[in-house]
Amino acid sequence: MKELEVFRKIAANPFGYAGEIKKSGKKIIGTFCSYAPEEIITAAGAVPFRIFGTNETITRADAHIQAYCCSLVRGGLEDALSGRLGFIDGTVFPHTCDSIQRLSDIWRLNGKFNFHFDVIMPVKLNTQSARTYMCDVLEKFRRELQESLGVEITEDKLKASISMHNRLRENLNKLYDIRMTNPGLISGSDIHSVIKAVMVMDRTDAAVATGTLVAHLENPKQGSLKAKRIFLSGGACIHPDIYSIIEESGGVVVGDELCTGTRYFEGKVSENGDPVKSIADRFCDRLVCPAKYFSNTARGDELLDGVKKTGSDGVIFFYLKFCDPHSFDYPYMAEYMKKADIPNMLLEIEDSSGSEGQLRTRIETFISTL
Amino acid sequence: MTEKSDNTKIRSVKRMKEIMTAYYIDAKTAGQNGKKVAWITSGGPVEPLIAMDVIPVYPENHSAMIGSTKMAIDLCEKAEAMGYSRDICSYARADIACATVNGGPIGGLPRPDFLVCCNNICGTVMKWYEVQARYFNVPLFIFDTPFIHTDFSQEARTYVVKQMEEYFIFLEEQCGKKFDRDKLKDVVKKSVEAQRLWKEVLATTKHNPAPMSAFDAFFHLGLIVTLRGTETVNDYYTELRDEMNERIQNGIGIIQEQKYRLLWDNLPLWYKTKWLSDTFASHNACLVADTYTSAWSFVIDMIDLDKPVESLAMAYSNVYINISIDRMYENLSTMITEWKADGLVLHSNRSCKPYSFGQYDTARRVSDEFGIPTLMLEADMLDGRLFNESQAQTRIDAFIELIRQRKGE
Repeated sequence: MKELEVFRKIAANPFGYAGEIKKSGKKIIGTFCSYAPEEIITAAGAVPFRIFGTNETITRADAHIQAYCCSLVRGGLEDALSGRLGFIDGTVFPHTCDSIQRLSDIWRLNGKFNFHFDVIMPVKLNTQSARTYMCDVLEKFRRELQESLGVEITEDKLKASISMHNRLRENLNKLYDIRMTNPGLISGSDIHSVIKAVMVMDRTDAAVATGTLVAHLENPKQGSLKAKRIFLSGGACIHPDIYSIIEESGGVVVGDELCTGTRYFEGKVSENGDPVKSIADRFCDRLVCPAKYFSNTARGDELLDGVKKTGSDGVIFFYLKFCDPHSFDYPYMAEYMKKADIPNMLLEIEDSSGSEGQLRTRIETFISTL
Repeated sequence: MTEKSDNTKIRSVKRMKEIMTAYYIDAKTAGQNGKKVAWITSGGPVEPLIAMDVIPVYPENHSAMIGSTKMAIDLCEKAEAMGYSRDICSYARADIACATVNGGPIGGLPRPDFLVCCNNICGTVMKWYEVQARYFNVPLFIFDTPFIHTDFSQEARTYVVKQMEEYFIFLEEQCGKKFDRDKLKDVVKKSVEAQRLWKEVLATTKHNPAPMSAFDAFFHLGLIVTLRGTETVNDYYTELRDEMNERIQNGIGIIQEQKYRLLWDNLPLWYKTKWLSDTFASHNACLVADTYTSAWSFVIDMIDLDKPVESLAMAYSNVYINISIDRMYENLSTMITEWKADGLVLHSNRSCKPYSFGQYDTARRVSDEFGIPTLMLEADMLDGRLFNESQAQTRIDAFIELIRQRKGE
């Protein structure tokens, strides 16, 4: 499918792609999290570039951070120190978990990038004062970004950016819907490539390319796949192989609540009213990250909704090792699934090069019980 | 304590134990006396609770007790059986498991009427308190203190001050009575006094030989955590300070023939304090001070008694661990100078990421700027399974050797 080629290519070599973007004269802002205010970065004429953490051996990061942190943090730092992220003009750190919080310090002190932005968002999202603060913090980021990049982020630019990002999110939502209804149409690893590519692409190009892909897939097609329907719950999925392992084991992913998935594109930014406030509102209302607080049971309820909506047969909790926020939520979310009679399993991986054989055996066993 | 020689005996220990026992009896019988119990994080704003006659209970302090009594591994394993990863905070694991079985040295903490969680020490406490809010099915108030990387913005200030007001309203709802601002002022005054006295207690170890060590501070810290804002604490720390000054006058040090002065960074290893203390003492080295117990006195100057609400919100936001590693370094380097440290021991504490990540850079900067040896101990504050005694022994020996060499011995 030629509509997928662009994504596969970029996902396979995001640094190469970034190098090309850089040559075109655009600024690149590294991001670490689904709470990075991409609309504001785009409105500043820069490209938000999601950092996933290297697959290479860690040699430099170990001098700065202990091995008991997740591969996203350790691998991201390795990329920064090795110079592989040399194309980045600056990095934005939305405040999330304890590890990212300290990574920001270490990055600022050792990273040698031109700009560093800490967007110290509220941790709770369920009060009016937190909402106001979220909006204030984003305004502050807008001012800092303007100053650093020497551009003006006007109301009009922000509105245009929001509208474009909404289109992109809508396309990704449609893509997920297509997969949900007809999981045979596009493979899990291709979906993964699309998301991974979108997160580093010039977002305007991404909006166009995803639009083309969705239009192509929406044409009536054959292919109802007889497979067990799997829902993925967790943070950043950096292990593309998991999709093919699931498929080869007789399953298919039909939905997720991953940072590299639904949590990234769920929810729309209102196109009426104050643009920054609208961005803030989406962050407060969308699928919540476990490092933030909405209510004691929000994540369990949201997972259950997702599982029901997608008609999933089972849930795989897919975590990066040393991710505290997810690990804390696991027992209660698993209990939620148990109460609703939804089979589930926990897979914890250290990094993207994790032992595939063991992963395969566990996934095969799980799917065979569904 | 009995096997130690006389100069390691601190009289006040007995009083401290009495106060803590009375406090836990009070807390455990609160229901019978018509009092409310709130669980609160160690860095949380406790003064409003005291002003409302609520008994504050600190799961972290309780977890430390679980560690000292060597009951932690059992409870951690129980939490792991409940599905909690072995990689998450051991305080949280111990507490979560303890609540379900009323285990630990005092048969579990009293059931909370509500929970107050301040994330100025970590994001982990929020996850931990969510678990307990679900388990006990009680209201949870989150006091959200934006982290300080380079500065504390005006926006953040507005947010935390507003939350202090929201906290008062929450307490009025929970307690069914009006919040008494005059009483708060009085409590804050006492609390500031407690922090000042605690600072004085800790400052006594600037003397040679040090009348107490960081290991003693870990123990005596209990009251500043649990009861600051009450008269009892102030009386106690006055007594303790006087005892330390008396020791100074009589030239009594906590270890025999103290030669080397060391600083400690991070939480203690609650299950190994005696072993560590003895091991360092066998080298004539005394851990004279630490960043952890000092944390309760770093922000006293921010509290303005004429503006208790605003200044309390600011002080709680600025606590030691809620700041960047370069800001923490400023506190640490002042301590190195003031306590004339010959070396720095850093506990890389697997349970506490916000305290531990950044230590590698800190240690390097300390050796660059002060030229003193540093020792990184990989361990955990509670989970003894993560501590290797013989390896630690070897590393401590080598570290002391470096200090000796540097001193030309």
